[in-house]
Amino acid sequence: MAIGRPEPSMRRAARGVTTAELDAEAGGVPVTAVKLLVAGGFGVGKTTMVGSISEITPLRTEELLTELSVGIDDLAGVERKTTTTVALDFGRITLSRHLVLYLFGTPGQDRFWFMWNELSNGALGAVVLADTRRLESCFPSIDFFERRNIPFVIGVNRFDGSPSYTVDEVRHALDVDDVVPILICDVRRRESSKSLLLALTEHVIERSTVSMG
Amino acid sequence: MSDADDHWFDEEAGPLVRPYAVTGGRTRAVHPELDLITLVVTLQLDVRAWPGEPEYESILRMCRSPMSVAEISAALKLPLGVVKVLVGDLIERHQVMVRSSRAPDTNMLQAVLEGIRRI
Repeated sequence: MAIGRPEPSMRRAARGVTTAELDAEAGGVPVTAVKLLVAGGFGVGKTTMVGSISEITPLRTEELLTELSVGIDDLAGVERKTTTTVALDFGRITLSRHLVLYLFGTPGQDRFWFMWNELSNGALGAVVLADTRRLESCFPSIDFFERRNIPFVIGVNRFDGSPSYTVDEVRHALDVDDVVPILICDVRRRESSKSLLLALTEHVIERSTVSMG
Repeated sequence: MSDADDHWFDEEAGPLVRPYAVTGGRTRAVHPELDLITLVVTLQLDVRAWPGEPEYESILRMCRSPMSVAEISAALKLPLGVVKVLVGDLIERHQVMVRSSRAPDTNMLQAVLEGIRRI
């Protein structure tokens, strides 16, 4: 990610209204939203992690699969298709008066991959949760973030009865780059979830510094 | 927002039947800049323009302090695509403005790091 790049994504939708005026409307302080993702296989604890650290009870938003349909501008024939929805759970952490962090869990089912594009667009990075009883379930997430060059850390979530491996063993099994942080965690605990977010943000900063050359 | 938790997690709730009726059948947002964490802020809390369309009023009331598209969707129990259309209508009427997420810079990342340390 480029540092100091202009901000092409800043939009002022209402013509003639400046950012300063928006900030005035927002109580006199600039408010920026940032997004981190929590990914991993089904049942690995994504929503648990969001819930353990969010300041609000995790919310759920949905998207209809008909969003995929190209060129549908009216309801003709759409009704039958609207039955399938993709649910996204997310939490919010107010980091300061200026900054709001949203934490989105990724859909656990592979058939919802199309949602990942919208989710990952603009995301600073991702926590990939892994379960040592079925490590392979996090492979698709790792592949996705690697391909898109999105920084991520891996959290090995401890479940009762799960075999305990060292970080090196997990790294070897997952075949991820040495620079990718791997943490053993228990995402039911707020401090553990916080450690993951800190490790991720530090990793994002490190990577952005490196890419500056 | 407190009433947002009531039955949303209930799998028995079944499919949403009304969403695209709300938007007059339109399914595509005319404002592609709107994404999950685009913040929406009310500029003009005048609901007279939307008789019989309480969704607009709900959005205008919610967004007196900045609220993301995802939060609006969760609170109104409407799909994201529908919320984008509704927010787009409000943009056209100059009743809200939006701030999309921007490319992170060093200062922002440091602020995120410090913010997480404090929680």
